[in-house]
Amino acid sequence: MIQSHDSVIVRTMSRILIPLMQLFAFYVLFFGQYGPGGGFVGGVMLGTSIILGILVFGPEASSYRLAQKVIHGDGVGLLIFAGVGGLCLIGGGEFLNYSSLEIPWVDSDAQRRSLGIVMTQVGVAVDIAVTAISIVLSLSLIEDREETNV
Amino acid sequence: MTLTFEILMLVLLIVTAAGAILVKDLIGAVLILGTYSFLLALVWAWLGAVDVAFVEAVVGAGLATLFFLLTLFGTALKDTRIQRPAPPLLAVLGLPILGLLLLYAAEDFPAFRDPGSQASVHVSPEYLKNSLEQTETTNVVTSVLMDYRAFDTLIETAVIFTAGIACTLLLRRNRE
Repeated sequence: MIQSHDSVIVRTMSRILIPLMQLFAFYVLFFGQYGPGGGFVGGVMLGTSIILGILVFGPEASSYRLAQKVIHGDGVGLLIFAGVGGLCLIGGGEFLNYSSLEIPWVDSDAQRRSLGIVMTQVGVAVDIAVTAISIVLSLSLIEDREETNV
Repeated sequence: MTLTFEILMLVLLIVTAAGAILVKDLIGAVLILGTYSFLLALVWAWLGAVDVAFVEAVVGAGLATLFFLLTLFGTALKDTRIQRPAPPLLAVLGLPILGLLLLYAAEDFPAFRDPGSQASVHVSPEYLKNSLEQTETTNVVTSVLMDYRAFDTLIETAVIFTAGIACTLLLRRNRE
């Protein structure tokens, strides 16, 4: 079902738009502490940019191969999130209490919490992006299966 | 206080919601549903919930529309029933009564932006006061989601992970 798009306009616009989308996704992800956004929106936008690459450039494109590699990492985001909580346990505090994170060059509790928020947001973003790509790849298999059955 | 924007938004929301149900071309229905999400995002932004508006615009109008479209390409593009079945009597009678009950209950809500309402006096003042000092995060929504209520967010992330796994298991079941 997934094949490259014929239109020159769509391909050219996607070539321009995909890097911008990814840049904006990272901006939203890391700027979520100071403005609207955060891990959830950043992850969705990151996943959507790769999905756009899949839908426009088809299975031969690099983003398709990247996506097929990426979906094996489903659960890594959750692991990052829970791992930060585990690091807090190792540091001697409660689960997900970022003030007990052991980070050598940080000396105030507020900065530790701030860094903990950034790390967990990265975890959420990875989880969401990988899940979105995985669902799209699974959905795109529906028609292939019917064709092979007929 | 002017209500023009709210009334316009509500009318457009109702029109797009009804259109998404009534349109026979299913791709059109999905796109109208995306429009509905965009309008809803505008309403959230108007009410001051910018983070919710952002998520609604990106997920509701972007990603959900894409999922619906991909599902349609795998199934059927048109609703081919000539006549739709009539809605059950319970729905025709019950839903207006339910709406009236909700309107009746809405009278007891605190006024919009009321500083003395229950929701504004319990824990949210603590978050608003201490967020910058304790977490160096100016966006209180982020600090509540990721620090004060991080456990809830962890479980939500687990839910999304489960959804992805379930989709993969269901849709790739028969694949070699």
